Amino acid sequence: MHSDTARLRVKSWVCAVVVVLSSVFGNFFLKLGMPASLETPAAYILVLFRPTVAFGVALLVLWMLSRMALLSWADLSYVLPVTAIGYVLVALVGRILLHEAITGRRWTGILLIMAGVALVSVGTTPQTVARRAEPVGASR
Amino acid sequence: MKWLLIGIIVAATSVGEVMQALGMRRHGEIHDFRPGALRRAMALLARNGFVIGSVLAMAVSFFAYMGLLTVAELSFAVPATAITYVLETVLARFVLKERVNWLRWAGASLVICGVALVSL
Repeated sequence: MHSDTARLRVKSWVCAVVVVLSSVFGNFFLKLGMPASLETPAAYILVLFRPTVAFGVALLVLWMLSRMALLSWADLSYVLPVTAIGYVLVALVGRILLHEAITGRRWTGILLIMAGVALVSVGTTPQTVARRAEPVGASR
Repeated sequence: MKWLLIGIIVAATSVGEVMQALGMRRHGEIHDFRPGALRRAMALLARNGFVIGSVLAMAVSFFAYMGLLTVAELSFAVPATAITYVLETVLARFVLKERVNWLRWAGASLVICGVALVSL
């Protein structure tokens, strides 16, 4: 039971890292390749063939698959907050690589997000495991 | 236009996420990451109604998000779409019947406040 909990915790964190990085850089490359406007439905499809956009989409596909895998054993209310660290990283990427202006208010928001993430991820995994273990013993 | 797109993204993402969680939970934990086993898992998931629904919802959300990226900065677009947190936490509690304790509510609320500040 204890080693199973430890195994799930490590597996969850490795998977969460893949989820976060693929999301952050997927969004970055998508934004990088996006034109100033998309006028027609055909334009939405054609833009997918630009190399930077296509690479961004590939990363977002990896994001979706790794996230689905994570969701197969972890609660949505664990996955959502833990992967919220991506909001911090995406702001940094916007600031550093896309030279977007980020106000003090925005950085305050980023600190709040980090605090929220830290609060939620402490001791969440055992609860996820416990919730799985209970119904099996109770109902069968 | 910006906020209409955000509204579409939030609604489609939340519905998609919940269906994805329902579908993957019905499938069960993925233990085996060898290609053959993953392919079998994918074949099973492709016949899972919740998974199909979630993919359609994600597609709607994705094209709306592409539209948003043409008119908004990355450091606005990504946090703004995090309004989904409100809807998703509520759906996790009441549709997925997950246990959401006060610490998680507090943490999620902090994240939401942070996201609101970031998008201002």
